[in-house]
Amino acid sequence: MGRRNTKFQIANYKQIPMSKKPKQNRFGYWGLIFVRNGFKPFLTGIWNLGFLFLLLFFLIGVGCQRSKAGITVAGSTSVEPFAELLAEEYMVIHPKSHIYVQGGGSSAGIEAARTHAAHIGMSSRALKPEEKDLHRVTIAKDAIAIIVHPSNPIQDLSLDRIRDVFSGRFGNWRELGGLNHPIDVVTREEGSGTRESFQKFVMGKEDISLGALVQDSNGAVRQVVSSDPSAIGYISLGLVNDQVKPVKISGVEPSLANVNNGKYTLVRPFLFVFNGEPVGEAESFLKFVLSAQAQKLLLKEGLVPIGQNPSEKKTGK
Amino acid sequence: MKEKIIEKIFLLIALSSIFILGLITFFIFEEGFPLILKIGPKAFLFGEKWIPSKGLFGIFPMIVSSFWVTLGALLLGIPLGLSCAIFLCEWVPPAAGMILRPTIQLLAAIPSVIYGFWGLIVLVPVVRNQLGGPGLSILSGSMILGFMILPTIISISEDSLKALPPTYKAGALALGATHWQTIWRVLIPAARSGIMASIILGMGRAIGETMAMIMILGNAVKLPSSFLDSARTLTTNIGIEMGYASGDHRQALFATGVVLFFIIMVLNSLAIVLSKRRIR
Repeated sequence: MGRRNTKFQIANYKQIPMSKKPKQNRFGYWGLIFVRNGFKPFLTGIWNLGFLFLLLFFLIGVGCQRSKAGITVAGSTSVEPFAELLAEEYMVIHPKSHIYVQGGGSSAGIEAARTHAAHIGMSSRALKPEEKDLHRVTIAKDAIAIIVHPSNPIQDLSLDRIRDVFSGRFGNWRELGGLNHPIDVVTREEGSGTRESFQKFVMGKEDISLGALVQDSNGAVRQVVSSDPSAIGYISLGLVNDQVKPVKISGVEPSLANVNNGKYTLVRPFLFVFNGEPVGEAESFLKFVLSAQAQKLLLKEGLVPIGQNPSEKKTGK
Repeated sequence: MKEKIIEKIFLLIALSSIFILGLITFFIFEEGFPLILKIGPKAFLFGEKWIPSKGLFGIFPMIVSSFWVTLGALLLGIPLGLSCAIFLCEWVPPAAGMILRPTIQLLAAIPSVIYGFWGLIVLVPVVRNQLGGPGLSILSGSMILGFMILPTIISISEDSLKALPPTYKAGALALGATHWQTIWRVLIPAARSGIMASIILGMGRAIGETMAMIMILGNAVKLPSSFLDSARTLTTNIGIEMGYASGDHRQALFATGVVLFFIIMVLNSLAIVLSKRRIR
């Protein structure tokens, strides 16, 4: 018997006679409980193939339908929600056209515009020198707010202080006049437009500490900061709510008014990027986005409309 | 006749899975390998700094983090899962089993993002308030992962325990062993291969888990120095930066995938070898 044991245990699943097999499906833990009862007869034999083909046709059908008409807008995930909103409004006015909004990130959006993969690329950062050959239009501006937990007594930080916090030079809020808590720095992931803007405006040549927590969206940063009393992070001003507290920067409160009068300097452009002059549908969408109606919508969503701020250069660099 | 055709078609479908696997492997290596060669395998594997914007691609902290997180998950998952499997197999009253088994299977059906969200909202604040640190930490991640691998460990262990010939148990009891001695000395060693397989499969899930870990681990790229530190595993590194990466950065993420691929290969080979070794 001793010898047979070993053989038995290697292939024990297969050698069990059906009668001894555990009653429950071995792959039941994959959560396909209903497969045993409801779908199994359907998914066997020739039906399986029929089902697959149906699925295939369905997918092809959807694919064809998508590419039928309309333009694609792709890029920054910061601009994406606003672009979706604008696209919806636009499609109400122009029922025949269709605008597809996709994410992917600023760099991907710029790349997509260059390769004509998308008609319009969205960017939430200024273009780099090597990207400047593309046609770009600022559709709005967005301020970056430095946020802390509402219970944090810190109200005001200078840019230098913020830089030192994010580079990891300060480890405790006490050193900044706050409570005796270690500082939890929260940042965005490499490649994010928000991070690149923050790097440019605040950090300069310094690196953000490697020990910083990394979250992959504005919302995630806000979530972490709102639940951690010793956290500090940065997000789009439009997304600040009462769960987090934006700090003043050298006495300047992050508000639309201060962005407009140029006092608050952590402002980045939201760009539409085109390969060549926009034409056709893309041009008409751009016109709509720059119209007073659309800009009012963006203002309501917490962005800084472009029309109200003629002194563009102040905040440009 | 018709049967033959259907058989062939199914063979084709089965083969396509291998084909797709080969395609994925090829693509990962084709994208990732040049970068490893470019910056040197040593700098890539043992570099401690990951700053893509400066061309620094060192994934050592992530390898270490993956290891710790997985180890933590196994430390929690194995004892819990194994005891649960033994209970289900040996002691469970039929009525309780009717409720327990579907519940455990349901545990596997919960999408990982739900585990992550739950961990972020419930577990992370507890860890932060009770133990300090940011809460987004290896400890929280390990705990969530430990629960996530439970269904895998329980189901397969239970199946392998159940599949033992009843003569084993009867023989041991007849020799005067207590119930517990029978389980510990006879049944578990006899079902070792299945239990081992369940653990390795659980480990595979733990290493591969991405979404929940992005939400819970905090993703800091520093080498973790304690279980309360934030960390980034190999998978979350790909998951969190994939969206924005381009050029070398993108290739570096594929190269991370290459490393992950090797780790999984080694693990699976180990699993096969271990489960085939005979008991003494």
